[in-house]
Amino acid sequence: MSQKREAAIVGIHEYPSRDVEGEFSPLQIKADSAAKALADAGLNWSDVDAIYDAGEGGGMTGLTIAEYFGLNPTVINTTGVGGSSYEFHAAQAKRDIASGKANVALLTYGSTAHSNAFAIGVGARGGAGAHPADNMDGFAGMTLVSNYAMVAHRHMHQYGTTPEQLAEISIATRLHAMRNPDAVKAMEDLEFLDIRETTIDDVVNSRMIADPLHLLECCMISDGGGAVVIASPEVARNCKKPPVWILGTGEATKYPQGGADITVSAGAQSAPIAFGEAGITPAEIDIAMIYDSFSITVLTLLEDLGFCKKGEGGDWVSGGRLRFDRPGDGPALNTDGGGLSSNHPGMRGIFLLIEAARQLRGESTSQVDGASLAVAHGNGGMLGSRHAAGTVILGRD
Amino acid sequence: MADDKNKEKKVPTRPLPKTNELDTQAFWQATKDKAFRYQQCDTCDTVVFYPRRHCTGCTSGTLNWKTASGKGTVYTYSIVRQSYHPFFRNLVPYAVAWVDLEEGPRVLSNIVGVDDPISEVKIGQSVELEWEEHEEVSIPLFRPV
Repeated sequence: MSQKREAAIVGIHEYPSRDVEGEFSPLQIKADSAAKALADAGLNWSDVDAIYDAGEGGGMTGLTIAEYFGLNPTVINTTGVGGSSYEFHAAQAKRDIASGKANVALLTYGSTAHSNAFAIGVGARGGAGAHPADNMDGFAGMTLVSNYAMVAHRHMHQYGTTPEQLAEISIATRLHAMRNPDAVKAMEDLEFLDIRETTIDDVVNSRMIADPLHLLECCMISDGGGAVVIASPEVARNCKKPPVWILGTGEATKYPQGGADITVSAGAQSAPIAFGEAGITPAEIDIAMIYDSFSITVLTLLEDLGFCKKGEGGDWVSGGRLRFDRPGDGPALNTDGGGLSSNHPGMRGIFLLIEAARQLRGESTSQVDGASLAVAHGNGGMLGSRHAAGTVILGRD
Repeated sequence: MADDKNKEKKVPTRPLPKTNELDTQAFWQATKDKAFRYQQCDTCDTVVFYPRRHCTGCTSGTLNWKTASGKGTVYTYSIVRQSYHPFFRNLVPYAVAWVDLEEGPRVLSNIVGVDDPISEVKIGQSVELEWEEHEEVSIPLFRPV
């Protein structure tokens, strides 16, 4: 392969608990995850010279998180673009390492969305905000779920996509979740009513939350967090685990505009940049870690990533194509169980990198034999209005 | 309806915009006269919405305020079945929609004036503005024609 290998994921940790019962703070989850990810790499706090933080710990986060960790980093990056922040961080860490400004980059995430009873999907969104866009939109009572549902309706209208096709995404991720003990425990701790593999009928017969999206097409709201350590090739060579190379990255945003096609996400802009840099095509990807806030998110992003043409996603996902045990058909989707069935504390992007790295190390609970190329695609903000997209292509040695 | 509710204490009301937000205050000011205003550049003709001070299409243009006819089309919608918002939880099921005005702006609003939003709201439906009056502003909602 002709790719440049300028930076690699060398350490990962996913905080196992999805319900900390108010006994741990987001900062504690971040620090615990950071220590374990550094240990996973065989590194120490003192090796870190670059930190990346989405700001979930509060204001002035670049300053306060360095002190909390006890670090003196010389690269401080506080890009906060919602759930896609961590794909942006990975992209920026790669650039910082390639330019010689950093050797060991630390990405962390911590959230107690569940313990705080934070109703992400159907909560009291709306009202006046500081941003002019919020001041125009806030009166309409748009929940987060209905924002994504509007993309689904339009997708169905333009392309004939069906609820049964969207349900394929939910049942594939649930299949993978049932094989992941942490995901099963998450569903138990969050008191899911019926913890088992699901069928298309289960999904389309579950309660409607915002037409056309049903309950089983919506992600969970958990506590959780994690950490990722990214290092230079020189550092990576001496780490404990095999390197997972960052081969290509892309970043983009999208927002409402008169005449724009809502079924096309910012991923249509970020993905070709990432695939182009990596010098590969979507057909070569073994593992697709795609932000599954909702079923429609995945369907839209699969198309925008180029796995199939725009509008053909419904047909393409049908028949269980996304399962981990169907190699050769296309990539396995969200083999940890995803946000739908394993872990969604509000900004899931870091878990996309973590599970992609597990797969390329051979450590997944739904391991795809010989997995060598993965894509992690984060979508932050809201798919049906303003959002950011970060695409990261990963490969093993 | 919302006006009546406003008069009773402790009855939750629709969240209303700030009338002193500097980019959007002129828009909301005009709603008192039931005018839906948007901006267009006098140099490059770019339609700007939501309102801003600067043209997003060129660096030298001045934005002029125009008044929309109020005619539009439902671009897409969802029916909210569940909301924890103290006002909206009592309105479910209700329709949230992106409406394309014939002059170009795409507006987030509600489709009202239907008995059953689940069966009566459709993509591509023709709609027109209907104002919900409040003390300081009017809220632009849409009703099927």
